Amino acid sequence: MNDVGLYPLVQNETIKILKKKRFLVIVLILAALIPIFTYAQMKVAEETRKQFGSEDWRLVTQQQINDYTNRLASGRVPEEWKKYMRVQVQVLQYYLDRDVDPKSPNAVSFTVNFVSNSINLFIPLMVMVIAADLVSSEHSVGTIKLLLSRPVRRWKVLTSKYAALVLFVSLIVFTTAALCYLISGVVFGYGGWTHPVFTGFKLVGAEVDFTSVHPVPQWLYLLMELGLVWFAALVVGCMSLMISVLVRSTAAGMGIMLALLIAGTILTNMVSSWKSAKYLFMVNLNLTDYLAGRLPPVEGMDMNFSLIVLTVWAAAAVVVSYTVFTKKDILN
Amino acid sequence: MGDGSVVLAVRNVKKKIGGKWIIKGVSFDVRRGEVFGFLGPNGSGKTTTIRMLVGLIKPTEGTIEICGHDVQKKPTQALSHIGCIVENPELYPYLSGWENLEIFARMTPGVTEERIREVVDIVGLGQRIRDKVKTYSLGMRQRLGIAQALLGKPSLLILDEPTNGLDPLGIKEMREFIRSLADEGLSIFVSSHLLGEIEQMCDRVAIISRGTVIAVGEVDELLRQAGTTIVWDVEPADKALELFAAAENVQVIGESVSDAIAEEDGPAVGHAVVIRTARENIPSLNEALSRAGVRVYGIQAKNPTLEQLFLTMTEGENIE
Repeated sequence: MNDVGLYPLVQNETIKILKKKRFLVIVLILAALIPIFTYAQMKVAEETRKQFGSEDWRLVTQQQINDYTNRLASGRVPEEWKKYMRVQVQVLQYYLDRDVDPKSPNAVSFTVNFVSNSINLFIPLMVMVIAADLVSSEHSVGTIKLLLSRPVRRWKVLTSKYAALVLFVSLIVFTTAALCYLISGVVFGYGGWTHPVFTGFKLVGAEVDFTSVHPVPQWLYLLMELGLVWFAALVVGCMSLMISVLVRSTAAGMGIMLALLIAGTILTNMVSSWKSAKYLFMVNLNLTDYLAGRLPPVEGMDMNFSLIVLTVWAAAAVVVSYTVFTKKDILN
Repeated sequence: MGDGSVVLAVRNVKKKIGGKWIIKGVSFDVRRGEVFGFLGPNGSGKTTTIRMLVGLIKPTEGTIEICGHDVQKKPTQALSHIGCIVENPELYPYLSGWENLEIFARMTPGVTEERIREVVDIVGLGQRIRDKVKTYSLGMRQRLGIAQALLGKPSLLILDEPTNGLDPLGIKEMREFIRSLADEGLSIFVSSHLLGEIEQMCDRVAIISRGTVIAVGEVDELLRQAGTTIVWDVEPADKALELFAAAENVQVIGESVSDAIAEEDGPAVGHAVVIRTARENIPSLNEALSRAGVRVYGIQAKNPTLEQLFLTMTEGENIE
């Protein structure tokens, strides 16, 4: 008795995703949005130039530091923001002292920026578009009955869906970066690969520990970022797939996932006093902030902590989906 | 008919869903090469039973064996011997017929492209196979569903209400198609809520009511047990009634058609008397009537409806 291998099953899942035109939708969304952001970024650059009346990044950065320092002196600013600004001032000063432009205008730094800003909502949303209906769509179309009455064990069917998910998460992350670079390059130029970026900031309260800070070329920094984004996206994918297993309706599943992700972005901005919120997966998605040395949502969170929390959530999601998927009765 | 070896053995299968027994005991065998009917009204547990047969639902109690393999313990071996359509033929609407078949071929061991072409020929979908399934009519989807079920050269084909929603021509074609498959040695398990359909297609039948199989046997035998309803168009009616009441093996049901028979054929013309008896008794009864001076304008034998069959079955249970 020869068994069906995993490879043809993954092939099936890939065909289904592609033919459902899910990936095409994602590429179109990216192709429509990135030019908008590029344009916005260009406007911002123009505005700063007008405001500071200078093209010299040193002056601009110094202005920004002064701006932060002034606001820090004001009593009206909430303590939250002050902490954030204090950290920013130290990081910017560090760049200035070493004569490195923190915001060099080129396609690579735009990509670095875009990717880092899309890690907690934009990329998860696109991963969700694919992951949320991997199982529930089989329910709503009714094909789940054919899928699970074939001589293939259920765990294998689910594994093939996970494999396809990993494949498409990688593809989404790569496509986002590639489109970003290609589209923004038209405006900002395609250079910047070797421009140095500092990383390795450690935060102790609102003080920055510079002992392990070192410069890396921007291409390496981008690669590190993409790795983190890939991981965060994969965790979101696992969560979405679990919800897709648990909830039969794709719309309901997407709604739940969307609510969780948006709750995450809101919580990130307000949980500093609710310490245990740091164990929620959606508060830990901003992995790239650790690279850049930005203040985490809750004091005491660091890269390792977030990676562990995310891993635990993803592992739990995988266990739940396998348990439910292999056991449940298909009643409709 | 086949050699009598058992392809599907269902033993005392029960299923509890949400604290309620949906299936309270189902047992039957399907033999090689036969068309086996699974008859019951909607909501009697047909689909739930079929889902258990194909491994979609786990029975709470009892065993199901396909070609000697337990569906629970050795699902891959057991399921490789069956092809099925559960309820509607649901396939991926955004793929073409051919792509759908490819998807399911990859999930079935040993299916070659040659085999896909074969099943497309068998169900006669040749020209439209490259079109998207969402453009297919229900009849075509049904055929594609069967093509999918046939891919792995199964020993047993499970079809849930295969003629549901088809037009009369489609129903006829489907019936002939099922018979031709059976003639090639395939066992076919067909569920339906229509007695007439089962009667025309099946060799043997299991009748399910409220989650219990109340009878298993040859279709003709079960029908004979239920008896035939005969409508006599006679004048004078009371004399005929008297005669029928006195006769052996005759059960008088009523004096007008609407009492006993579904109003399929419109109102009766004369004075209708409705009785239930075996078909063989008609000539002698007719003779007796004319001897007694009753004028007979028409005799109409009607096969029992599913309801009548159930009535007889459950009556039988009461006697036991």
